[in-house]
Amino acid sequence: MLEIKNLHCELEDDSEVKILKGLSLTINPGEVHAIMGPNGSGKSTLSYVLSGRDGYAVTDGSATLEGADLLAMEPEERAAAGLFLAFQYPVEIPGVGNMTFLRTAVNAQRKARGEEELSAGDFLKIIRAKAKELQIDADMLKRPVNVGFSGGEKKRNEILQMAMLEPKMCILDETDSGLDVDAMKLVSDGVNALRDAGRSFLVITHYQRLLNPIKPDVVHIMSEGRIIKTGGPELALEVEENGYADLLAEAAA
Amino acid sequence: MMPRAKLKAQKVEAAEALLGALTLPTGGAWITKARTAAAARVASMGLPSKRDEYWRYTDPRRLTAPAAEAAKLHAADDEAPLFDGFDRLKLVFVDGVFDAQASDTLALSGVEICTLADAARTDLHWARDLFGALEARGQAPVERSLASLNTAHATQGLLIRVTATPPKPIALVYRRSEAAADAMVHHVIRVESGAEATLLENGPMAARFNQVTEIEIAASATLHPIRAQGRDHDRAGITHLFAKLGARAQQKSFNLSANGALIRNEAVIWLDGAEGSAHIAGATVGDGAFHHDDTVFVTHGAPRCESRQVFKKVLRRGAVGVFQGKILVDQIAQLTDGYQISQSLLLDEDAQFLAKPELEIYADDVKCSHGSTSGEIDQNQLFYLRARGVPEDRAKMLLVLAFLAEALEEIADPAYADDLRARLESWFKRRS
Ligand SMILES: Nc1ncnc2c1ncn2[C@@H]1O[C@H](COP(=O)(O)OP(=O)(O)OP(=O)(O)O)[C@@H](O)[C@H]1O
Ligand SMILES: [Mg+2]
Repeated sequence: MLEIKNLHCELEDDSEVKILKGLSLTINPGEVHAIMGPNGSGKSTLSYVLSGRDGYAVTDGSATLEGADLLAMEPEERAAAGLFLAFQYPVEIPGVGNMTFLRTAVNAQRKARGEEELSAGDFLKIIRAKAKELQIDADMLKRPVNVGFSGGEKKRNEILQMAMLEPKMCILDETDSGLDVDAMKLVSDGVNALRDAGRSFLVITHYQRLLNPIKPDVVHIMSEGRIIKTGGPELALEVEENGYADLLAEAAA
Repeated sequence: MMPRAKLKAQKVEAAEALLGALTLPTGGAWITKARTAAAARVASMGLPSKRDEYWRYTDPRRLTAPAAEAAKLHAADDEAPLFDGFDRLKLVFVDGVFDAQASDTLALSGVEICTLADAARTDLHWARDLFGALEARGQAPVERSLASLNTAHATQGLLIRVTATPPKPIALVYRRSEAAADAMVHHVIRVESGAEATLLENGPMAARFNQVTEIEIAASATLHPIRAQGRDHDRAGITHLFAKLGARAQQKSFNLSANGALIRNEAVIWLDGAEGSAHIAGATVGDGAFHHDDTVFVTHGAPRCESRQVFKKVLRRGAVGVFQGKILVDQIAQLTDGYQISQSLLLDEDAQFLAKPELEIYADDVKCSHGSTSGEIDQNQLFYLRARGVPEDRAKMLLVLAFLAEALEEIADPAYADDLRARLESWFKRRS
């Protein structure tokens, strides 16, 4: 599904700042991978580079989604190709209603893929059902995108977008942070509901608590722009218990 | 800098030259008196000059020149005219001349309407207390001599008296026919106590136009003037709206301007009675050779009144937006609530926004705030939309419309706002 090879990136405005330094990663269809790693190791940067945010220059390496060169596409083309990023910090957009935003996004993607656009009625039916599962009320759908939403509401709104867009490759950047226990359950249920043989996940997190219900197939430890260790779910437990010190020392040795 | 006396002499000379080439229209006693007085005001004030402080950001030469420059006629058939879907009393002007044939009959329950031309022939008319009177009052503390020129020489316009709330809006539709028509239109509107009306105006008036609208809103009466100026690119024009509000009177005015080589809209509002409320809002979109000036002067002359100015401009490729907005609070106007915001969204580095917000307050217990900002499209918002699959052009349009939304929300009836929003959307679609 997603294949990242030897990816290097630096800041566009400051080539001294190198963030990704040879990152490689392969996620097969249907797999759930987790990335853990100390603050500042480049996890969010990886998610931005994959989704096409300005400001980063890729100096080496490649990233493909189902064989297609992601890095050559515009952000909207990557989305239409099936890539989705649940933002670590969802953006507020005053003046644009949540519903309008989602309908525009869903239909833009359908159009780009040559599919028929959803009618207003069908869209409404689908979004109401999915919003209900995530306990997002009608008022939140009407309000401007993320404006005045609590931290947890913003994260649930990201999952709602993911559920509506039905992407193939979902990247979740710390979607668990700032969630209370109940919201955590809504989010992990939301993710599990989308699990499918044709859909893959890359879950960036600092905590075991999201990984318990989601149960990743593979866990990667990232440090200074590279994957330094890859293992099974037990790796996450090790981090939870002992922190990164041993892993980092092992990698440095 | 040029000495004041010399500047004044030049302005007066220019006025004399212009007035000398015009003959005062003939009419009944009341209007002749108003016109003669207005002509005298023009002669003593002179014509505006780029050197005037009040015209610092806008060069008035095209407006004061002896003749209009031609403005290419816009093919109107690519878009249905605005407000066409509304049940309204439709009154049509072509090149600034009332077209009775194209208009509905001048009859609407609760409303008396007559043309300025007809009223001018009479010796006595209800409008005599207003025609040129509000304009004259508006000459201090800042001179607006092009409005006096209009009072002196306009022969076209409508005099509208609303005695009871009419069942539908009064809609003035402007159309063009000649490439270089020079229009002067003068409307007077009086809304009697307790009545409520909406005034719609849309379409390009002429290659060059000078419009004055004098409005009196009596106690507890309401008038919502909604105007859309567009889409002819080369047109030049100046409009003045003079409005006097009585106690508890309300006005929510809105102006949409799309394109236009040189447009200045002045709004001069007096809150004369306690608890009046005046909202003046505008949305402007300019692309290329475009200069748009909103100049607003609100005077709080009575206690417990509210005023709001909300102006939003989206500019690109060299387009220039100007906002001069003032709130003047008289000593007696305690508990005034005054608000003013002017914001521009500059879509590229060539666009320019010039703002001069001013507060002048003589009462001690008031709440007044003003703000002015100039910004670009927010890159985080743009990326968020694109990351969800919204193409860049469409994402930008969503953000631009979101930016303008705050001004459109000032419109009292959302149905008109929807019509205007759709218009803005097609304006952007044509450009992406
Ligand atoms: N636009 C930017 N400008 C300057 N520095 C940046 C920028 N983007 C990333 N960085 C730097 O690159 C490094 C990696 O940042 P990134 O946000 O990817 O880390 P992270 O692993 O997601 O951290 P966290 O766990 O705190 O979310 C940090 O040192 C950060 O300061
Ligand atoms: Mg991060």
